[in-house]
Amino acid sequence: MESIKLHYDVSGVDFTRAGAASGDVKRVLKQLGVSPVTTRNVAVAMYEAEINMVIHAGGGEIDVEITEDAIRMVLQDHGPGIENVELAMKEGYSTAPDNIRSLGFGAGMGLPNIKKYSDEFRLETELGVGTTLYLTVYMK
Amino acid sequence: MTVQTLCNSFGWTILTEGDLSRAVTGCYCGDLLSWVMGKAQEGDCWLTVMGNVNAVAVAVLTDCACIVLTEHAALDEEAKARAEQQGVTILTTEQNAYQAAAALSKVL
Repeated sequence: MESIKLHYDVSGVDFTRAGAASGDVKRVLKQLGVSPVTTRNVAVAMYEAEINMVIHAGGGEIDVEITEDAIRMVLQDHGPGIENVELAMKEGYSTAPDNIRSLGFGAGMGLPNIKKYSDEFRLETELGVGTTLYLTVYMK
Repeated sequence: MTVQTLCNSFGWTILTEGDLSRAVTGCYCGDLLSWVMGKAQEGDCWLTVMGNVNAVAVAVLTDCACIVLTEHAALDEEAKARAEQQGVTILTTEQNAYQAAAALSKVL
């Protein structure tokens, strides 16, 4: 299989579009005949990251590369950065505002879910500059 | 047990119609979307009060069999349109999550 590259711009204001990129990648993986477990891992990790971009960072960009052995994602935003990564990685810790919580977000499971569903997880963040996530999910 | 059979058996009303012949293989209750996202399984009947467009996205990504809005929780117009577009079945019941889950546990 040749490598497939996908690019998405995530809007920072339109909550109704959140999930569009992960939904599209899921559709592509399904069409390629990628296993349900791999597809789900990618979909969950990517959706959480997409939502994080909308809630915390005013949007961002996602690049996805699908190769024979893995799906590699780079999710970059130019938001405020994460002040305490250790806390942010803790299940149940959330800095989401109340209006976001009322939509059902803010469980504090975003980053933990992303890590749980990725085989490789790297987070780079700088206050005032932004956050980039490098995720890899192996084909299973 | 299919989604259609669930509707017939429990008198749950269809709000949006996806694949009603889909098999329901489990049940998950929850309103915190990331929680549901990480834990719900493919084929689950998802019981929630979250009737917004983000809930529809979670249903699509987790591949659950249907959403059941318990206690007749509201489904907003945008979510309805998105569910129809994406083929997500949404049902509604006056039962609360406990009652609906208890009913499901007898047939699953």
